[in-house]
Amino acid sequence: MKPRTRRLGWIVGGLAVLGIAAALVLNAFQSNLVFFFTPTQVAAREAPQGRPFRVGGLVEAGSLAREANSLTVRFRVTDTAQTIPVTYTGLLPDLFKEGKGVVAQGTLGPDGVFRASEVLAKHDENYMPPAAADAVKQAHEAMSTKTLINKPGERK
Amino acid sequence: MIPELGHFALILALLVAIAQSTLPLAGAAYREPRLMALAKPAARAQFLLVVTAFACLAASFVGNDFSVQNVATNSNSELPLHYRFAATWGSHEGSLLLWTLMLAGWTFAVTLFSRHLPPVLLARVIAVMGWVSVGFLLFLLFTSNPFDRLVPPAPEGRDLNPLLQDPGMVIHPPMLYMGYVGFSVAFAFAIAALLGGRLDATWARWSRPWTTVAWAFLTIGIALGSGWAYYTLGWGGWWFWDPVENASFMPWLTGTALIHSLAVTEKRGAFKSWTVLLAILAFSLSLLGTFLVRSGVLTSVHAFATDPARGVFILVFLALVVGGSLTLFAWRAGKVGLGGIFGVVSRESTLLANNILLIVAMASVLLGTLYPLFLDALNLGKISVGPPYFDAVFYPLLAPAVFLMGVGPMARWNKASLPDLWTRLKWALGVAVVAAVILPFILGHWSPLIAGGLFLALWVVVSSVVNLRTRLAGSHRHGLVAKLAANSPSYYGMLLAHLGVAVFIVGVTLVKGYESEQDVRLDLGQTVDAGGYAFKFLGVVPGPGPNYRALTGTVEVRKDGRLIETLKPEKRIYNASGQTMTIAAIDIGLFGDRYVSLGEPLAADDIDGAWGVRIYLKPFIDWIWMGAFLMALGGIVAVCDRRYRLAIQLRTGAIGPAASAGAPAD
Repeated sequence: MKPRTRRLGWIVGGLAVLGIAAALVLNAFQSNLVFFFTPTQVAAREAPQGRPFRVGGLVEAGSLAREANSLTVRFRVTDTAQTIPVTYTGLLPDLFKEGKGVVAQGTLGPDGVFRASEVLAKHDENYMPPAAADAVKQAHEAMSTKTLINKPGERK
Repeated sequence: MIPELGHFALILALLVAIAQSTLPLAGAAYREPRLMALAKPAARAQFLLVVTAFACLAASFVGNDFSVQNVATNSNSELPLHYRFAATWGSHEGSLLLWTLMLAGWTFAVTLFSRHLPPVLLARVIAVMGWVSVGFLLFLLFTSNPFDRLVPPAPEGRDLNPLLQDPGMVIHPPMLYMGYVGFSVAFAFAIAALLGGRLDATWARWSRPWTTVAWAFLTIGIALGSGWAYYTLGWGGWWFWDPVENASFMPWLTGTALIHSLAVTEKRGAFKSWTVLLAILAFSLSLLGTFLVRSGVLTSVHAFATDPARGVFILVFLALVVGGSLTLFAWRAGKVGLGGIFGVVSRESTLLANNILLIVAMASVLLGTLYPLFLDALNLGKISVGPPYFDAVFYPLLAPAVFLMGVGPMARWNKASLPDLWTRLKWALGVAVVAAVILPFILGHWSPLIAGGLFLALWVVVSSVVNLRTRLAGSHRHGLVAKLAANSPSYYGMLLAHLGVAVFIVGVTLVKGYESEQDVRLDLGQTVDAGGYAFKFLGVVPGPGPNYRALTGTVEVRKDGRLIETLKPEKRIYNASGQTMTIAAIDIGLFGDRYVSLGEPLAADDIDGAWGVRIYLKPFIDWIWMGAFLMALGGIVAVCDRRYRLAIQLRTGAIGPAASAGAPAD
C-alpha cells in the first residue's frame, strides 16, 4: 500500500470513529437530556407528561409530611407564584429543609403530583441551587410585569 | 505584616516570572548564551518567592488571622490545626496560589533534573513555563488576591466548608494539581520543539518521564477524589459524571493518549505532530478544568456576570494559551513533520487507534460537560446531562480501546501480521471468553454487561501474561530471575499499569452488576437482611466533636449469627456554619464493602425513635481504587527506567535513530 493510501485509510478510519461517536452522542442526547421547569411552567402545562424532568424552587414552609411506617415524604415546591405537590420515597439529603431551595428530578403523574426519583441538594447552607433561585426570580418578574399590564387603571 | 509580606513576594514573583519568560527566549532566538543562562536562576528565584507567599498565607490560616478576608471566609478558630493548614487551598484564591506554587515547583524540578539538556531547549522550556506563571500571577494579583485585608477584622471566621474537612480532601487537591500542572512541562517541551522546529527521539525521551509522572499524580488525585465522594457524600457512589469530575477526567484521558503517543515518538520517531498536539491539548484541558471548577461557572454561568474581571481574564487567558499554541502548531508543525510511516497492522497502528478512541471519548465528555453551560449562558433553557448520557457514549467507545490493549503490546513495530497475532493470542482470547461467560453464573446472575466487562478485564490480564511469557521465552539468559531482570523497568511499568486497568474494570463491572442499595426505616433494635448479612440498629447517641456535635449510630453486622463488625455511622452538625454532614461507616473487604449511613430521625426530630438508614453492599468496589493506584504505580516504575538517566547524559540533540536503535524495543 502506498503511504498516501495508507494515510487516507487512517483519515477514513478516524472519521468512521467520529461518526460512530456522533451517532452515539446524538442518540444519548435524545433520550437522556433532562430539562428544567419552574412550578409556574408546570402549572401552565409546559412540562412533559410521563417523561422525566427537573423542577426547582423552595420547599414550602409547613408542607413536609411523612407517611407513617415508611420512608415516603410529601412536600410542596413553590416559586412563590405556583406550587406543585411532590412525593418521594427514600432518604432526603442533609441540606433539605423547609423554606430552603430544592431541585427534584422525576415525572409528573396524571393527578398533578410530581413523583420524584431523586432529590438534589448539592449546595451549602446559605446558597440556593441556581436553578431553584432562577425559578423564584422568574416568578417574581412574571408577577410584577403582570401587575403592570393588568392593572394600569388601578394605579393611584 | 505577614500577609503584606506574602503579597509583596507575589509581586516580586511576577516580575521575576516576566524576566524568566522573555530573556531566555530572546537568548535562544539570538543564540546569546548569557541571556539563556538566566532561565535557571530566574526559575529558582521565582520558586522561592512563590513558596514564601504560600507560607505567608498558610501562616495566616494557622494563626487565625481573621483580618485577612480569605482566612475569615474559609477558616475558624475551632478548626483543628491540620484543617486550618489545608484551608489554605480551600478557597478559589488559595487554590490558585497552590496551582502557581506547583507550577513554580515543576519548573524548579526541570532546572534540577535537566542538567544535560541542550541549553537552547532548556531556555525555551523554562521560558514557556514562565509565560504560564505570568498568567497565573497576574490573575492572582489583579482578580483573586488571597492576601486582601478585611477592615474591620472579623471577630471569628466563617469556617471551612464541612465537606472539605476530611483527610481525603487535604491531599486530593495537591495531588490533582500536581497532575494538572505537571502537564505544563510536556506542554512547554512541545512549544519549545515547535519554536526550535526540531523534534526527535531524544526530545521524546526527555519529555516522557515528566509526562508520565504528571499522569501518575493525576491518576492518584482523581482516585482520591472518587474515594472521598464515596465515603463522605453518604450516597455510596464513586463517580457521578459531575462536571467537576469530568473536568479532571478530560486531561487524564488526553494524558493517557499522550504517554502512549510519546512512546511511539521515542521508539519509532512517528506521530510527531500528533504528540505535540496532544501535549497542547492535555495542558489546555488542565487549564480549562481548573477554571471550570474554580471560577464558579459550574454552579452558575452567571457567576461571570457578578465578577466580570475574573471571567474576562479567564477567557482571554484560555484563548491566548490555546489559540496561541494552536497557531504556533499550525505554523510550525510542517517543520516538525509527521514522522515515520508504518504498516496498517502494526504496534503503531494499534496505538494510534487507541489514541483516536481516547480522544473521541474525551470529546464526548467535553460535549456533555459544556453543552448545558452554553445553553444556559445563551438563555436557551436549563438542561442537565446525567450519567445515562455518559454511560451510553463512553463505554462503547472505550471497550474497543481496552480490547486493543491486549493486541498492541503483542504486535510488532512497523509491520505485524494478523495470522501471527492470531496464533499468539488465540489461547488468551479463548480463556478470556470462556471464563467471562462462566464467572457471572458463579457470582450470582448473568448479564451481557457483566460478562462483557469481565471479558475485557480477563483479556487484558491473560494477554499480558502471554506477552511476558513470550518475552521470557525469547530471552537468551539462563534462569528465571536473570530472564526477568533482562526486561526494562518501563516494560514492567506498562504491565503493571495495564493490570491496574484490568483490576479497575473488575471493580466497576462487579459493583455495577451486583451492588445492592436499600434505604430502610429502622426502629431501635430492629434487624434488616441484605445479601446474607444481618444489620441490627442499636440506636443513636449524641456526643461532642472538635468543632461539631455528633450523632453516632451503632449498627451490628452479622453473618450466620456471628458478629463480624460494629459500624458507627455519624451525622455531624458543625458549630460555626450549622451545616449537617453525613459520615458513612464502611466495613471494608477485599471482595466487597458493607456500607451504612444515617438518614434522618423519622419521628419528628426525636433521635431515640426510628431512623431512616441506608444499607449498601458494594462488591469489589475497592478494586476501582486499587486499579487506579496500580496504574499510577506502573507510571512510577516506568519512570525509574535507566535509559531516561542515560538519555540525559548524552550530549546535545543530534541523536535520533542511532539512540532509539539501542533502546529496548517496548
